[in-house]
Amino acid sequence: MKAPSFAYAKPGTLPQVFDLLERHGDGAKILAGGQSLLASLNLRLSSPELLIDITGLPGLNGIRIADGKVRIGALTTHRQIEQSSEIAEHLPLLAQAVRHVAHVAIRNVGTIGGSFALADPAAEYPACAVALDATVVLAGSKGERRVKARDFFRSLYETALVPGEIVTAVEFDAIRPNFRSVFLELARRQGDYAIVGLAAHAKADGSRFSDVRLAFLGAGATPVLAGNAMASLEGKPCSADVVAAAKEALAEDLDPPKDLTTSSAAKLHLARVLTGRALAALSQ
Amino acid sequence: MGKAELPLHAPGTKTGRGYIGQSTPRANAKRLLQGRGTFVDDLRLPRIAHAVFFRSPHAHARIGKLDFSTALKAPGVIGVFDGHAVAEYCKPWVGVLGHLKGIKSPPQHAVAIGRACWQGEAVAAVVAETRAQAEDAADLIEAEWHELPVVTDMQAALEGKVVIHPELGDNICFQRQFVTEGFDEAFANADVVVEETYDFGRHTGVCTEGRAILADYNAAEHTLTVHHATQAPHMMQDIFSRHLDIPESNVRVICRDIGGSFGIKVHVYPDEMATAALSVMLRRPVKFVADRLESFLTDIHAREHRVTVRLACTRDGDIIAFDLDDLTAIGPYSVYPRTSGIEGNQVVNLTGGPYRHKQYRANMRAVFTNKNVTCQYRAVGHPIAVALTEGVVDIAARKLGMDPAEFRRRNLIADDAYPYTFPSGIKFEKLSHHQCLDKLLALMDYERLRAEQAALREKGIHRGLGLAAMIEVTNPSPAFYGVGGARISAQDGATLRLDPAGMVNVLCSVTEQGQGTEGIFAQIAASVVGVSVERVRVTTGDTGVTPYGGGTWASRGAGTGGEAVLQAGKILRSNILDVAAAMLNEDKAKLDIVNNEVVDKLTGAAKATLAEIGRVAYFRPDTLPMRFQSELTVTRHYTPREYGFTFTNGIQASWVEVDVETGFVKLLKHWCVEDCGTIINPMLVDEQIRGGVVQGIGAALFEECLYGEDGQLQNGNLADYLVPMAGEMPDIVVGHVETPTLGSELGAKGAGEAGTAGASGAVMNAINDALAPLGAQVTAMPFTPQRILEALGKA
Ligand SMILES: Cc1cc2nc3c(=O)[nH]c(=O)nc-3n(C[C@H](O)[C@H](O)[C@H](O)COP(=O)(O)OP(=O)(O)OC[C@H]3O[C@@H](n4cnc5c(N)ncnc54)[C@H](O)[C@@H]3O)c2cc1C
Repeated sequence: MKAPSFAYAKPGTLPQVFDLLERHGDGAKILAGGQSLLASLNLRLSSPELLIDITGLPGLNGIRIADGKVRIGALTTHRQIEQSSEIAEHLPLLAQAVRHVAHVAIRNVGTIGGSFALADPAAEYPACAVALDATVVLAGSKGERRVKARDFFRSLYETALVPGEIVTAVEFDAIRPNFRSVFLELARRQGDYAIVGLAAHAKADGSRFSDVRLAFLGAGATPVLAGNAMASLEGKPCSADVVAAAKEALAEDLDPPKDLTTSSAAKLHLARVLTGRALAALSQ
Repeated sequence: MGKAELPLHAPGTKTGRGYIGQSTPRANAKRLLQGRGTFVDDLRLPRIAHAVFFRSPHAHARIGKLDFSTALKAPGVIGVFDGHAVAEYCKPWVGVLGHLKGIKSPPQHAVAIGRACWQGEAVAAVVAETRAQAEDAADLIEAEWHELPVVTDMQAALEGKVVIHPELGDNICFQRQFVTEGFDEAFANADVVVEETYDFGRHTGVCTEGRAILADYNAAEHTLTVHHATQAPHMMQDIFSRHLDIPESNVRVICRDIGGSFGIKVHVYPDEMATAALSVMLRRPVKFVADRLESFLTDIHAREHRVTVRLACTRDGDIIAFDLDDLTAIGPYSVYPRTSGIEGNQVVNLTGGPYRHKQYRANMRAVFTNKNVTCQYRAVGHPIAVALTEGVVDIAARKLGMDPAEFRRRNLIADDAYPYTFPSGIKFEKLSHHQCLDKLLALMDYERLRAEQAALREKGIHRGLGLAAMIEVTNPSPAFYGVGGARISAQDGATLRLDPAGMVNVLCSVTEQGQGTEGIFAQIAASVVGVSVERVRVTTGDTGVTPYGGGTWASRGAGTGGEAVLQAGKILRSNILDVAAAMLNEDKAKLDIVNNEVVDKLTGAAKATLAEIGRVAYFRPDTLPMRFQSELTVTRHYTPREYGFTFTNGIQASWVEVDVETGFVKLLKHWCVEDCGTIINPMLVDEQIRGGVVQGIGAALFEECLYGEDGQLQNGNLADYLVPMAGEMPDIVVGHVETPTLGSELGAKGAGEAGTAGASGAVMNAINDALAPLGAQVTAMPFTPQRILEALGKA
């Protein structure tokens, strides 16, 4: 299929982007890496009148570490994240997760801002961001706004972005000493969106669970933070019983939607398996 | 004549067989890798128009009013046509064959008239100056639909409460019953009877290049030139001729490069017929290329079967009988001209195939449903027959407490038992099951793997080993299609010409789909004539140029086309020596051709280059004796006839690890030992096997066209329909046994489908071997994590 015809603009400054967004309203779409957007155009699933290519904007690309924070510009590609030694050191969860994002050819052009804006519930970054309590930085003609990841992902493909705004960066706390991260997912083929996945993070003292964060992908309309399971672990010894109880508690946290080949019950089962494996790795 | 007697010589080759048996790189690979392939979509013709089809969104619906008024006004639109308009230029067809007794199917039109019977059936055609404009206009067509009851379940189709084509009486397209005389007694007296029911998911062949056609009608000459991504250009020439009413010799079908076919491109597709009809109607070139979504909705699907199989054996482990009950769903029409009855028919022919039991009963029904049509896709019927046979063989072995390899060894037809007639009536010339089994077990180090498996089980790691023996239909005789009245050629031809500069030009009716056919023809021609392979040029895929023949299908290209090349080459070689003898005034018997030169047979001394022969024969024949006329162009044909099919055999093994917590299967390694007779190019054969194995693994683990109860395809795109990808594939070890067919001098049997035939069964058996200690087994392909978890009681 061929994409329906559209106009194309490549502004050089943010105010120009906001101006175009204001003038074209719903008819305009931001184009970043195009790895999701162009496919949807070619499937004629959407037909914007204008694509605003933001890849020429200065200042939106790159990874910056300062004051215990890792700031990743919206235009930073998956590949840059994958190859960054700073990410490996300060954000091991993202470093583990990015290897599961699509294939190298797609990672070469797809961007972190695009992933956040798209808000696919099976995507890796959003779950990591929720697990690490990251902040999404948004900008519009009225200025900048910061939204917690857990509030940013509203529903299926729905975010806190309001018309006229774009994502400019995502900010994470750099990992602190004694903390550990584990990212696990189950995809039938390398590079596919996962059936279910888990971004896990905790303080690792080897004997007790503390500050455990468990965020699932593919298990709901947004990344799901497993509050009950997390609470059940807090301060408890790293024992088989405790892990079993946490797995049990997931029933309260997750009601995963079935997909084409996996039932909701099977997904819950798989989420429990991943939880067991993640907790084992975290408590080593 | 055996292969050892072949008069083959070629420079730089170590065997007496010239290039035959050598992994000679093929000439077209470099061109394709450099991006210089010419596919249908690459062609640019003046006044070209683009066709796009407006397709039914419903699985079964009466077509009410079709309103084209807005679409017709859209920019670039040349015309919008319904089924009636197209039917004026293209006669409908009926997909039946005389030798499939009782097969029935209604007439099918290029563009549906009155009713759509599956989601995706074309109901209108839009022609515009560009593809994008045609798509824009198609979005503007307004259609009124009256939905009809939908039949998607095959059991419901069989019961026939709703009959899709009321004029046919029921939903049964084709059925076949078969029983040997002592069948009931065999089962009554058996010590052990095992039974299982297997489900095979409907899947499709995903070609890199979508279906593509560029039809160019020339009114002044009343000729139609069709650039077509097809496997069978002569068959399509005949079909365009008869259905568009243009004399056969006025139709020319040309295939340049083709990006994979796998059986997908050997059928008549309504949208392609419509494109040709539109070219005639509009008197200009019209192109249609199926995009990926259309491919999923309209490229033939295959293999939706539910089969119950029973095996009877003695307590000592001798198999005495098989019993088969197969139900398969083929969509709303039997596909033209090969029919959709062949796959089920093959399952009946091949079930139990490698074994020496004498009793057999089969019951097969192919029913109509409101899903896309099914037809012959790589290894037609074999993956079903192999998997269910090998599945139930493993169940029997387990019940008897016998090692599955031992159980097979006990029951495989002995290597010295040929010629052999199988209970289903098929005949085997010569197979090598035991040699293949022995070679496979040695290659994989069977005993060591079993020990490793046992040791790992202690640690809670569940590995499984699965075997699948198989037979494969190759080099079919006219018994496959011709006898049923299909104008499909089982014979092929080759023309070889010595050009003035001493090069050999080959024209062959077998086509190149990317599998390297042209490369092996070059090897054969070079070997037989005595030239180096770089001095051979091969042309295929043009009905205006090549000899007449069947094209590419049923693992026949090397065996039939290759033999035609060989036979033509022998005569050309002799004719070249005639010229040399006349020119040099020497005894022909004392001359030979080696390394592009005529030499003295005894001393090897150079006498004349082939360029010199060419120069004299073409430009200075006045220097040759008065009555001598050179004949440096030779055509020969070949038809396999002694046997209905030249059967091949082989055996595969799969080694997997099942994660019993997640239901995920990791493929650790795969082996295939097969016997395709004479191996012309080991590298190409191995890659055919590997590619085929991967497609079989796709069936076992990944691929399925998922339809809802409403007949909507739910995963018709490459994100949701999972094709096997490199990351998940294991190393595939390939071994060979060579038992040349005596039906031809070349001795080549087919190799194109063996990999696909056995891989899915081997993987199934491996998974079930891993699951057996847990009391679980899976029987429905593809084996998704969901299904494995269900078998384990975890989902
Ligand atoms: C075969 C394939 C497999 C994939 N597998 C995965 C996977 O496993 N996991 C995964 O996470 N992703 C996967 N993806 C998606 C990939 O990661 C995309 O790159 C990503 O989702 C979108 O990033 P992009 O830069 O390409 O955005 P685009 O495609 O350009 O845009 C996507 C959407 O976001 C909007 N947008 C983009 N940037 C911004 C911004 N800065 N502010 C506001 N709106 C913006 C666009 O308007 C559009 O709606 C896959 C893609 C493909 C093609």
